[in-house]
Amino acid sequence: MLNQSKPISVFNFKPGTCLRGKWHQRTYYIKEKLGTGAVGAVYLAKQDNDQWVALKISDKAASITSEINVLKKLAKVQGESPGPSLYEIDDWIDRRGECYPFYTMEYVQGESLDKFLNKRGRQWLGVLFPQLLEELEQLHRVGFILGDLKIENVIVTHRPIRLRFIDVGGVTLIGRSVKEYTEFYDRGYWHCGNRTADPAYDLFALAMMALRCAYPNQFRRTKEPKKYLITKLKQASILKPYDPIFHKALLGQYQNSQEMQQDFKKRTRHLTRKSAVPQDKQEIDWLEIVICISISVVLFFLATFY
Amino acid sequence: MRTGKLKQILLITDGCSNKGEDPTLIANMIREAGITVNVIGVLDQGDTDSDSLVEVEDIASSGGGVSQIVYPQVLTQTVQAVTKQAMTQTLQGVVNQELRQILGDNQSIEALPPDQRGEVMEVVDELTETCDMQLLVLVDTSASMQKKLNTVKEALIDLSISMNARTGDNKFAIYSFPGRKKALDKILEWSSDLDKLSSVFPKLTSGGITPTGPALKEALHQFSEGGLLRSLRKDAESEQADFGF
Ligand SMILES: Nc1ncnc2c1ncn2[C@@H]1O[C@H](COP(=O)(O)OP(=O)(O)O)[C@@H](O)[C@H]1O
Ligand SMILES: [Mg+2]
Repeated sequence: MLNQSKPISVFNFKPGTCLRGKWHQRTYYIKEKLGTGAVGAVYLAKQDNDQWVALKISDKAASITSEINVLKKLAKVQGESPGPSLYEIDDWIDRRGECYPFYTMEYVQGESLDKFLNKRGRQWLGVLFPQLLEELEQLHRVGFILGDLKIENVIVTHRPIRLRFIDVGGVTLIGRSVKEYTEFYDRGYWHCGNRTADPAYDLFALAMMALRCAYPNQFRRTKEPKKYLITKLKQASILKPYDPIFHKALLGQYQNSQEMQQDFKKRTRHLTRKSAVPQDKQEIDWLEIVICISISVVLFFLATFY
Repeated sequence: MRTGKLKQILLITDGCSNKGEDPTLIANMIREAGITVNVIGVLDQGDTDSDSLVEVEDIASSGGGVSQIVYPQVLTQTVQAVTKQAMTQTLQGVVNQELRQILGDNQSIEALPPDQRGEVMEVVDELTETCDMQLLVLVDTSASMQKKLNTVKEALIDLSISMNARTGDNKFAIYSFPGRKKALDKILEWSSDLDKLSSVFPKLTSGGITPTGPALKEALHQFSEGGLLRSLRKDAESEQADFGF
């Protein structure tokens, strides 16, 4: 998309740039750019007390303010809620007196999902997705969906290995119109449903995220979008073990994340017993996987009983 | 607080007007009538920001709306994004006016401290979701648009999916210009869904002139005259007082 052609400075701060907040007077040193999206630019920055933070700044006051509202609401939700924790909210005034709202949040260090899966093997899908589904369940239970779930909006952290969601711009109250979405991940685009927020909307996007890993160049819809999508899923050999689960998610047959999570766990248990995943040459970190699963099971029970 | 009704015109075009009144002037008139004019300029494949699209920004800024210049592949996402952004912007304008009445002349959402700004945005978001909307789409069907019309049709059907997911009520009307005999031709009368659009959307373009100004002027009349009042008679009294808080 061609945006207004003037290069907006908040999108290209140089390393070493120093920002001071208008309201709280804290200073932030920009280390590097972590990424940009539709709403703003995110930088790795060091606070005046030496703490590393991710700093998101935007020229779209309305969008970033809505996003901050969501982060504030999520902070009130108990337990592990998806999304980074929110630290500080402030404004930066440039030399011409223009005001750019920004906020700082937890810096989530890791790598992209497709890179991770390429390196470590696709069997990790069976670990990472149920974890995210657990967090989705918590979020859905308090009445929200993630909305804009996509590969650019998640990061795989290393210690512990976890799939974290980082962009809450699409978080929407269940029953309302999905605030922000991306065509490829949107069930409306694929003629698989509407754009009213319900848990199944996120589960569809999760399945699309798997398809996006299988087809790095993505693909566009054809005359019969739904049929085409199912064909693409069938052809994705790397998703084979979980094919029936993604199939159900694409067709909107899961009412909630828990159902999908259960199916994942059953499937993984089955695979572990069979010690399957044959064609895969990559060495398999079974020990690590088993540890991860045990940890998530323990966490799950803790979360359920407390 | 009563939720009002938002009125918008969305102009989709690929070139500069070459006949009749100045579209920028008409856009100004339309804004004064309480209707926002948004414009999407569609580029040809391989074109860079072409000169013929300079007008796009001018019309939108006179019409108090949003503009965006795009390639056909991203038209679908753009149409819904521009429409939503325009709604937010208009509602923000309304809220700003209220703020000025309460807090004095120089107050605007941007000038508030972050916490209060957040509260105000909460209200704006709520209104964006719940307000009723009337959207008149004006499609340029001059000869150069030939190859893009199918994309435009798909984008409009997609727009109705997004808008109809909202809690508020929607009415869409779709017109093309230049018309065969008049400035505009009606493609679809005011209605809530665009399912019928597939069958009635024109496949053929009509001639080489682009009378954007006259088309906009005629579009304004579609809001105030028969068309709307006929289909929305029960809303007639609320027509005047658009945003009563
Ligand atoms: N808390 C964070 N920690 C690390 N990287 C981040 C963080 N937030 C965002 N990023 C990076 O910045 C990019 C853009 O951020 P995002 O919040 O998705 O912006 P937008 O809302 O504009 O899409 C992301 O794709 C990611 O790579
Ligand atoms: Mg993003």
